[in-house]
Amino acid sequence: MKTLNNTPKVLKISGNLVLSLLFSALMFGCGSNAGNENASTASDNTEQTQENTEELTEELTDPMDNKGVGPVDHVDLGPIDVTMAAEGKVIFEENCTACHQLEDRYVGPALKEITARRSPEWIMNMIMNPNEMVQKDPVAKALLAEYLSPMANQNISREDARRILEYFRSVDEVK
Amino acid sequence: MIHFIKKYTALILSAAFTFACTPQRSNNEAGGVMNVSNAASKVYVAPGNHDEFYAFMSGGFSGQISVYGLPSGRLFRVIPVFSQDPEKGYGYNEETKPMLQTSYGFVPWDDAHHPELSQTDGVPDGRWIFINGNNTPRIARVDLSTFETAEIIEIPNSGGNHSSPFITANSEYVVAGTRFSVPIPNEDVALDQYKEKYKGSLSFISVDQESGDMDMAFQVLVPGYDYDLAHAGKGQSHGWVFFTTYNTEQSNTLKEIGASQNDKDFIAAVNWKKAEEYLAQGKAKEMPASYYNNEYSDETHSATATQKKSVKVLIPEECPGLVYFLPTPKSPHGVDVDPTGEYIVGNGKLSADMSVHSFSKMMQAIENEDFETTIDGIPVLKYESVLDGIVKQAGLGPLHTEFDGKGNAYTSFFISSEVVKWKVDSKEVVDRAPTYYSIGHLMIPGGDSQQPFGKYLVALNKITKDRYLPTGPELAHSAQLYDISGDKMELLLDFPTIGEPHYAQALPAELVKPRSVKTFKLSENHHPHAAKKENEARVERNGNEVHVYMTSIRSHFAPDNIEGIEVGDKVYFHLTNLEQDWDVPHGLSIMGANNAELLVMPGQTETLLWEPQKAGVYPFYCTDFCSALHQEMQGYARVSSKGSSVALSWKTGNK
Repeated sequence: MKTLNNTPKVLKISGNLVLSLLFSALMFGCGSNAGNENASTASDNTEQTQENTEELTEELTDPMDNKGVGPVDHVDLGPIDVTMAAEGKVIFEENCTACHQLEDRYVGPALKEITARRSPEWIMNMIMNPNEMVQKDPVAKALLAEYLSPMANQNISREDARRILEYFRSVDEVK
Repeated sequence: MIHFIKKYTALILSAAFTFACTPQRSNNEAGGVMNVSNAASKVYVAPGNHDEFYAFMSGGFSGQISVYGLPSGRLFRVIPVFSQDPEKGYGYNEETKPMLQTSYGFVPWDDAHHPELSQTDGVPDGRWIFINGNNTPRIARVDLSTFETAEIIEIPNSGGNHSSPFITANSEYVVAGTRFSVPIPNEDVALDQYKEKYKGSLSFISVDQESGDMDMAFQVLVPGYDYDLAHAGKGQSHGWVFFTTYNTEQSNTLKEIGASQNDKDFIAAVNWKKAEEYLAQGKAKEMPASYYNNEYSDETHSATATQKKSVKVLIPEECPGLVYFLPTPKSPHGVDVDPTGEYIVGNGKLSADMSVHSFSKMMQAIENEDFETTIDGIPVLKYESVLDGIVKQAGLGPLHTEFDGKGNAYTSFFISSEVVKWKVDSKEVVDRAPTYYSIGHLMIPGGDSQQPFGKYLVALNKITKDRYLPTGPELAHSAQLYDISGDKMELLLDFPTIGEPHYAQALPAELVKPRSVKTFKLSENHHPHAAKKENEARVERNGNEVHVYMTSIRSHFAPDNIEGIEVGDKVYFHLTNLEQDWDVPHGLSIMGANNAELLVMPGQTETLLWEPQKAGVYPFYCTDFCSALHQEMQGYARVSSKGSSVALSWKTGNK
């Protein structure tokens, strides 16, 4: 496991960068096979579309194999730790519920059964390193293209991201 | 002068032209005045690189501090201090209004003159910067971890806080000498009783070394002169503070004539360690007073204004050894102490000479009781006994002196518009450089400390005719940057400033960088009206007060639909920015608001008071571009007539 890094070096996304990211995400979206309902803006750049599609096809074969981009390359999962999950719930409510709900799509996707859709590493990397994820990770890129609102970097520490993951696991197992 | 400037401009232009046409040629055609490409490369800071120094300039009548990079001369930020600032909501939002509370009520502006960096062991340490409000006597402390005003203390028994806030070598005290003497306590006294009834005060404000909290430690009552500037002793003279005076004539009308009679005025030397002894002995008088001490908390994101009711006063007649006068020609303006602490330079603004006093001679004269006379219990030391030497006829109108730490002093000359470099020990002039036009203060990074960082000198000019296009009668005052690393000063750059900058101070960027607060932690937000998660967002009515507990995150407010507000309500928008990402503030503005917008930093809570005057629907929106969906970050507040049956309700989405 990599050493703890509470302040991962990430690119700040704002202004034109966001716009260009959005455009590239849109471009990407129209050529993808991810079932992107927002991908209505066509792009002439077939080359790039093709390239992105290949990248996506290759990496999306099983999203559970995708660990994402960021400081987390391995997570040891044990039995659900109730204390950690409870702590994770508090952190999630304080930092994430302005955009995420469990049951319903809000600003971002509904997070129920996220642990069945994404690998634990991917979840933690998305929490800790959203700016880089939406630039480099094919799944995160597809999600940005769908939801358009880039995920806020809430500067969650590795320990806290792990607690949030535990909370997700507890939710998914109970329901 | 004009002739000189024309010649100078022509030389620069021709040099630039020559250079542009034939870049491979040497720039010696500049006639030694300015090597353009060399100067340009010395101030160029490539994109992505940081400036080497951060300079803090007083905003003068703007009441603020502006922050510039050196050597680029780029403006980075204006820190609101004494004046309301709609850009940041400072002085308009409910949290910062108490910062501008004074014994005269809410005073939303001031005339800010002298920024002064906190020091440890006589060297700027990057913790705080202090600045005086000259008009309504106050001192502010700005926290350099947030670049926000953290505290303002009002100075009682003062009339124009000019000789302020110069700092002691370990930030034990910042001082505040009164420019105008006034009746103390201030009361209805006939103006022709000036000589009998008016007094000066020299205030010592203590600084808590952990929190930075300022407190009015004591005041020294002094004769009714004008106390102009100050500097603290250092090294061997640590424990003393020196104040210049003019108007020892005690004139109170047409002072330009009345206060220019005496050949010599004084530098008042105050022994603050002695003052501490007298305080410990109970020699101070507790005097009734009324003044405010306002503090801003980064935990509650709010300021508190506290009224103070008394002040400790020391009377020199009752405290021997507390104050001495050093005669100094003539109406001395700046008083500057060299890095060793031995030399005290009195810049006689109406004299062509500068008197350099010696601290060790002063101590000897005190020991020998080498006094000319005594005024109100204050011994006047013999001029010849304390004088180390005179810098003779170096220019016209010497104002201020800073040091490079290599034995050189640099003095600004207002009337002859130049900077003169001279050797502190020999008093010999070794270089001079013209300025455009009349220079006031000058500044070397760390130049009034025990270890100047040297390298650059900034001239702060009062008048800038010809320097910029005449876009109006008031032109931007120019700051000029000189390289002083060589034997000769080299002009590199000039750049416009805000308001009328008086003094400035600078320190290496490396001292600021590691202390920088990038976001406020939500978990440490103890604002009483914070909504720290979106499900805490709500609206509450309390009589005619409506409190909106609102949150913001890219790219929505919660709630963003509010109904049930009535005309006559006072609506408080308490907006908490839920972002924990660096550099994502959110703004809030509402149509027709009579104050300003809010600009809320990540993790902060701020409050906008809105008093809608008529029924209707009022859009509100985020003023700070936050994301691709920034434009969508908006909402509506519906206002109904008074007594309407519309129930108070709110929602975000369908909830």
